[in-house]
Amino acid sequence: MLKVDGLTVAVGGKIILRDINFEINAGETHILFGPNGSGKSTLLGTLMGFERFEIVDGHIYFQGEEITHLPVHERAQRGIGLMFQRPPTIKGLPMHHMIKICARGRKVSEDLTKKLKFDKFMDRDVNYGFSGGEMKRSEILQLLAQDPDLILLDEPESGVDIENIALIGDSINMLLERNVSPEDVKPMYRQRRERKKAGLIITHTGHILNYVHADFGHVIFEGRMSCHGNPRELFDCIQRMGYGECVRCAI
Amino acid sequence: MTKRNFKPQDFTTEAPKHAYLKDLGSLDDLDRKRLLQIGVDINTQDRIGTFLQIDHSVVHSGSQQKGLEVMGTAKALEKYDWLQNYLWRAVPRDLDEYTKYVAAHVQQGYFIRVMPGVKATYPLQACLYLDKDGLAQCIHNIVIVEEGAELNIINGCATSHKVHTGMHLGISEFYVKKNAKLTFTMIHNWAEEMQVRPRSATVVEEGGVFLSNFVCMHQVDMLQMFPVITLNGNGAVARSHSVLVAPPNTHMDTGTRVFLRAPQAKAEIISRAVTTGGEVISRGHLIGTEAQVKAHLECHGLLLSPRGLIHAVPELEAHVAGAEMSHEAAVGKIAPEEIEYLMARGLDEETATSTIVRGFLNVRIEGLPQELQQEIDKAIEASQESFM
Ligand SMILES: Nc1ncnc2c1ncn2[C@@H]1O[C@H](COP(=O)(O)OP(=O)(O)O)[C@@H](O)[C@H]1O
Ligand SMILES: [Mg+2]
Repeated sequence: MLKVDGLTVAVGGKIILRDINFEINAGETHILFGPNGSGKSTLLGTLMGFERFEIVDGHIYFQGEEITHLPVHERAQRGIGLMFQRPPTIKGLPMHHMIKICARGRKVSEDLTKKLKFDKFMDRDVNYGFSGGEMKRSEILQLLAQDPDLILLDEPESGVDIENIALIGDSINMLLERNVSPEDVKPMYRQRRERKKAGLIITHTGHILNYVHADFGHVIFEGRMSCHGNPRELFDCIQRMGYGECVRCAI
Repeated sequence: MTKRNFKPQDFTTEAPKHAYLKDLGSLDDLDRKRLLQIGVDINTQDRIGTFLQIDHSVVHSGSQQKGLEVMGTAKALEKYDWLQNYLWRAVPRDLDEYTKYVAAHVQQGYFIRVMPGVKATYPLQACLYLDKDGLAQCIHNIVIVEEGAELNIINGCATSHKVHTGMHLGISEFYVKKNAKLTFTMIHNWAEEMQVRPRSATVVEEGGVFLSNFVCMHQVDMLQMFPVITLNGNGAVARSHSVLVAPPNTHMDTGTRVFLRAPQAKAEIISRAVTTGGEVISRGHLIGTEAQVKAHLECHGLLLSPRGLIHAVPELEAHVAGAEMSHEAAVGKIAPEEIEYLMARGLDEETATSTIVRGFLNVRIEGLPQELQQEIDKAIEASQESFM
């Protein structure tokens, strides 16, 4: 679904990401680890196509098509969705209108809004005065309305209090079609196999791993993807040794 | 941009007389469309009252509610001797060359009065229309909302398609009595070379509320006004919102001044200005002369073109300790992050930009009844269609 090939990215003339290579297949969820400032958000922003990230070298392919230089909205229309880490406030634009924009004519069920405990926020301006957790719920609701095939999540658990983290985890599974349910008419293995949605999740704390069972993990260290593997294993290693261990690989 | 400062004497005072219309349906299509853009509905059934003046002639006036009177000012002055006491009381006749000019000439305009305790919650529409090219239109409006009464006015000012230039000189004196409430929404839509000089003042007594909305989103050569609100009684409240869009070759110098002269008086001034090449001077002046008054001023500007100017001039004057006053001003272009955010949700750059601009101009007035807000939204939308 997504293929990143030899991607090198600069911000303000300074190289931030170097020679990034990885691939995400339909149905897979990948986790991106890395210390602060290592370039994780830069990678997601580049995949979304934001202007401040200059692609110095390399290619991005989505569903077999090269999108390296496609504008942001065309990527969104093709099925890439991003949860912003710090989304801006849009004054005077009520949430219910924003959800309509995301849904592009499709109907969004009110149950969804209720499930995310967001029905009381629908008349508020987008992100205006939202707490950390409310901001995340707003982002997830927008993505659920947008219904992208590749979901990019930038630290979905940051700023979320303990009571709400399960709700966030749950909703992310819904986004990624990972809430496999025994009550579904299809057997659970088929639900898993027929899953199409793919995800790339940045996590700093690793909390999200307790809710979302991801398939692969990658570590970005000083702008390079230095390590790949089982996400739990990578996280355990990072917790025990810190990112200092990455230095040994990076050299 | 240096503009010539026109005088009333640069324009003619002569205008043809227009016949009284029983039914506004007889207006031609171009005029109807124009009126609709400023919130005036020719289907007067949906309004509790209507006033329409073309050039110097009152062509329609009427009220559909008991206790609500609507007529031309000249007629009202003949009918009521006491009205002299309200004339030039809020606006001094020698305030400036424009008020002096109006005082020296024939005065028409509307007289609207709601009797004590009458709640006229549905909107009344008043329209001042200019049809004669090159005319100096002199207006004198008086609105009296008696004790405990309530009134909502949608006031549209516009020029017809025949007008290229002219001057609109509008004196408005509003009196909001004890525990009364007046909501006044004014929408302007002028010819490109128009000179617009409204001079208005509102006096609010104890417990009274004055909500004012001003919308002007079209090219006008020069619009200059600085309406004054005086909160004279305990707990009087004023809220003033304005939404301005200045296309190229437009100069708008507007603002609101509020005197807080009684304990517990409260005022809020909010303005949103957008330039697509023109100039906006957005003023706000709060003067607190009593302790326990509260006032806030908010002035936001958005520059959508590399040319153009937004000059925010917020002023606060506290004459006693205990007056609580604050202001907030911000001027700049749209944050690129906001555009990218909407683009990431699938909107192209142009649509993302216009969505943000619409949001920016979308100010909600606290305390407006919902039906009225909807009417105002409709009018604003109709007005917006032509610039976006
Ligand atoms: N506007 C900018 N100009 C220059 N450097 C920047 C800019 N924005 C971010 N950076 C740098 O890019 C690097 C990667 O940032 P980021 O991708 O946000 O890291 P992460 O998300 O992994 O914490 C950091 O070193 C940061 O300082
Ligand atoms: Mg980051």
